[in-house]
Amino acid sequence: MNDEMKYLLKRIATYAVVFTIFIWVLLPLAIAFLYGFTTAEDYYNPDKIIPTKLTTKYIETILFTLGAWNGIRNSVIVAVMTIAISFLLGIPAGYAMARFIFPGKDTIKLSIVGLRMFPVIVMAIPLVILYINLRLIDTLLGVALAHTAMSLPFVILITSSIFAGVSKELEEAALVFGLTRLGAFRKITLPLTLPGLAAAAMFTFVMSWNEVFMASILTLNNRTLPALILSIVAGAGGGAAPDYYKFAAAFIMTLPAMVFVFFTRKYLVTMWGITLK
Amino acid sequence: MERRYLIPYLLLLPAVLYLLGFIGYPLIQAFYLAFTKDGAFSLDTVRRAVSDYYFWDAIKNTLLFGAVIVPIQLTLAVVLALFMNRAFKGRDLGIYALIIPLTISDVAAGLIWFSMLSPYGFLNKMLMNIGIIDTPIYFFGYQYRMREFLVIVLAEIWRATSIVFVIILAGLQMISREYIEAAEVFGAGYWTRLRHIVLPMLKPSIQSALIIRTLFAMQVFGIVLILAGRDIPVLAAEGFRQMVDIKDPGVASIYALIIAGVSLVLAALYVKFLRAEYLEVGRE
Repeated sequence: MNDEMKYLLKRIATYAVVFTIFIWVLLPLAIAFLYGFTTAEDYYNPDKIIPTKLTTKYIETILFTLGAWNGIRNSVIVAVMTIAISFLLGIPAGYAMARFIFPGKDTIKLSIVGLRMFPVIVMAIPLVILYINLRLIDTLLGVALAHTAMSLPFVILITSSIFAGVSKELEEAALVFGLTRLGAFRKITLPLTLPGLAAAAMFTFVMSWNEVFMASILTLNNRTLPALILSIVAGAGGGAAPDYYKFAAAFIMTLPAMVFVFFTRKYLVTMWGITLK
Repeated sequence: MERRYLIPYLLLLPAVLYLLGFIGYPLIQAFYLAFTKDGAFSLDTVRRAVSDYYFWDAIKNTLLFGAVIVPIQLTLAVVLALFMNRAFKGRDLGIYALIIPLTISDVAAGLIWFSMLSPYGFLNKMLMNIGIIDTPIYFFGYQYRMREFLVIVLAEIWRATSIVFVIILAGLQMISREYIEAAEVFGAGYWTRLRHIVLPMLKPSIQSALIIRTLFAMQVFGIVLILAGRDIPVLAAEGFRQMVDIKDPGVASIYALIIAGVSLVLAALYVKFLRAEYLEVGRE
């Protein structure tokens, strides 16, 4: 085999792998989306692999009759509150980690890394009892506070590495020119780190948007979208909803996330240290 | 001067207090709920939990699930990341495709795979129309627990390999080209370089990916409820049922504490056997 043949074969193999990845990821998504619009007759017709009659009936039922629209709204409110609280607390902490050397720093850092590993499920059950006393049970603020505990260690670690990425000399130069430390932070560091912080905010949003265990336990009437869908689809009876409602639900849950990943795909990857063009 | 030394602590204080309140308090409360009765130490709740019909099955299934899924995801992610780390046309598109599932929740992933594999789902209809099978293959239902388990594994691989992939790819890109070039100068082939340079330098990434995935595998919940209901009991779902349906916070706390305990032990093992540095160290 000569070199040219080898090169060609290698290329074919590369694109075969890429093609397989595409099919593997996108086919289930495409099918779920399509089935979300399938009429019951087409779905139960064994000869129709690709449905021909499409309807938005089931999606509308889930959205408006079964309350998914409220679920979406609740999810967004909870996620935004989670971002606000965890950034309010996490940015100063991340900054302290990145800029100061102080006794006990390693211990504190290690504990925060450790807390990131803490399973949120352990929090949820005792929180119910606390929340009943504090009248936070079944409130969006309650869920957001719990989601903040889940995302805060992550926000501290990620912001500290973002701040560490801005050279200290820039800030020191600003101090020499008469800015205060807070002023230097606001005028120099913050603008330089905004893209990174935006990425961290989006990741926090996704974490909160997808979290289902705590949201299910801490709420009953004010459910976030995943918690609501879970109770509709796998409710007390165990999968009471007919199949075509499940597909409509999948569509409703996935579409916003897809739109989201489309706009933020660059940040989602760069945040982990990858540079994509 | 005194005040200056306080600044970092003051900046850290709110976050640390918050975490202590929201993680420390529930943890203590969980132990209290699990091991007391009428204010005194008691193993009553433990006995109630252990004698539950689903208890041992839940532990077994959760561990089995982690043992099956984590090695598959890690291997797959490392292979894909090595593949995507080379330069070729269409590489960026491939990476985008691989990270799409990053934002899909486990509940949605469960529903998506249900549409592929349900009796009237895509796979069955396609196979029947091609003529490979005459009657649908049933993947769901109490009689097919083994298949349900495999479907959950499949759906989780589809959904959650992307986070492992992203972490490993980020790690790969942090390895300086110089090491690899130096090895090439000394005549090291691809496999030698992989074994002696790339994989050892990937250890920190592999470690964090392993910890994150194992932890989430121990908490598996939504996808199991969607695809298998209670056919396959797992720890988190049993804890949920004890709390919500049976209204027994004590037993629910025991399930939660088991998840925490198992996660802690496994994370400690990873840290011990895959020594790695912190996030910032080693980064240029």
